[in-house]
Amino acid sequence: MERRVIFAGWLFPAVLLLPQLAVTIVFFFWPAAQAIEQSVLREDAFGLSTNFVGLENFSALFADPDYLDSFGITAFFSAAVAVLALAPGLLLAVMADRVVRGAAFYKTVLLLPYAIAPAIAGVLWMFLFNPSIGVLAAGLRWLGVDWNYLLNERQAVLLVILAAAWKQISYNFLFFLAGLQSIPASLLEASAIDGATPRRRFWTIVFPLLAPTTFFLLVVNMVYAFFDTFGVIHNVTQGGPGKATEILVYKVWYDGIVGLDLGGSAAQSVVLMAIVIGLTAIQFRFIERRVHYA
Amino acid sequence: MMVTARRSVWVPHAILIAGLALVLFPVYVALIASTHNLADILAAPMSLAPGRLLFSNFAEAMSAGTAKTSGQPVVAMMLNSLVMALVIAGGKIAISLPSAYAVVFFRFPLRKLCFWAIFVTLMLPVEVRIIPTYKIAADLSLIDRYAGLTLPLVASATATLLFRQFFLTIPDELVEAAKIDGAGPWRFFIDTVIPLSRTNIAALFVILFIFGWNQYLWPLLVTNTPSMTTIVIGIRQMIGNGDTQTEWHIVMATALLAILPPVMVVLLMQRWFVRGLVESEK
Repeated sequence: MERRVIFAGWLFPAVLLLPQLAVTIVFFFWPAAQAIEQSVLREDAFGLSTNFVGLENFSALFADPDYLDSFGITAFFSAAVAVLALAPGLLLAVMADRVVRGAAFYKTVLLLPYAIAPAIAGVLWMFLFNPSIGVLAAGLRWLGVDWNYLLNERQAVLLVILAAAWKQISYNFLFFLAGLQSIPASLLEASAIDGATPRRRFWTIVFPLLAPTTFFLLVVNMVYAFFDTFGVIHNVTQGGPGKATEILVYKVWYDGIVGLDLGGSAAQSVVLMAIVIGLTAIQFRFIERRVHYA
Repeated sequence: MMVTARRSVWVPHAILIAGLALVLFPVYVALIASTHNLADILAAPMSLAPGRLLFSNFAEAMSAGTAKTSGQPVVAMMLNSLVMALVIAGGKIAISLPSAYAVVFFRFPLRKLCFWAIFVTLMLPVEVRIIPTYKIAADLSLIDRYAGLTLPLVASATATLLFRQFFLTIPDELVEAAKIDGAGPWRFFIDTVIPLSRTNIAALFVILFIFGWNQYLWPLLVTNTPSMTTIVIGIRQMIGNGDTQTEWHIVMATALLAILPPVMVVLLMQRWFVRGLVESEK
């Protein structure tokens, strides 16, 4: 889409664009280019010389069982976070759409976790489940569960998933509610007159009409789980126990900043870039389709 | 009005109340912990009834932080977070308005290229280019400075896209009227476009403020001196690592202080927030 009526000249718009372009080039393109450059170089052990090694960093990366494990962990973690954040979000949105009394209050409270940083969500949940003092950990022990996420890998994974998903429920709730409210009431009334129960109305009318929203949210939640959950991991488990919760973003940071493996970390950055570009491309293809629906 | 069974009156309320409990329980436990002293918390399980030390714990956190670990007053951390959030939100809006205006209201060589260059930054979140961005910040001596904390996060494709979308809907008649009145592009931008964009600016501001306040990975990299620590980072340093006993009552008070400003922004500006969130993701 373009405007018909415009202003003349090129110097003024160039000046207007300058700040945005300057920041973009210095802090986006330059580092991205360096990541790509760095990913095909290797420093010797003493940091004295740097050689071109082609795709060796990448082949080393994909031959490294730790990296492949991290891929698997990330895939499971993001899928679990997406499901655990989407399902309650949808359920609560459907219910909030049904009630009249108190609807505004429910909505306001359910939105609050959106404002909470993932890192802080992590701190709140690690306090609840702290093996020695956590309130819910005590409850689990009372139920006979041997709870110690600092030692038990599965429990650690579960805890970071819960903390990460909890924070994201708000976001999904909000979008599902907006989606529900855009469904024409006449459709639902017609099927109610035909005698369809609320449950049947949901699965045959509402859910299919929400499909575009659900798909959009699925991508957003995956991106969230991939990248924004660094703070959760860093606070709650530091990737441990062992490497049980070392998701890709955490590993890039750890290998680069703590392990000082610049070539390897840069290669991981490039892989991550490819993943984001893929996810963003999927999202935009879908948005074109959604325009079609609307 | 649809005929509904009686059952469907209380089922939604029951589920929503369960939802509220899920959302509020972790925050409630943090609030309770911040009213006890450390001994009460360590005598696990902690009582879920409020204690009496709310004010003294918050006062201690604000003025001294946790003495055993970081020793940084939380007020200073909150100030750093506030500066970061305001500069990121304000900066993103300030550079996105003119760039969207330039892309929409002018034709000049490489216009499409400029737009795409801004657009693809969506695909390069700081998490995927950590080390090189850190190196550049170090080369420009931005480490431990507000500029380093904020500048790399200021470029925003989202804000530019949103403003572009909105500018495309401004009627041609308005532009023509401005031209007839002899207004140049600058006058038109200041007197017409910006006032028309007020709601969009408010909506974006809420989201960007929360985005800025909640940043984690970048502040972790780019600040080393304790005086530059933001509150979201500072909490990590307050949690001991085995050698020292974590002062959980202070940590929880700090967690609540870290949550408070963004939550207030959401509560006070809920209408704009909801709108901004749904719009900016389109």
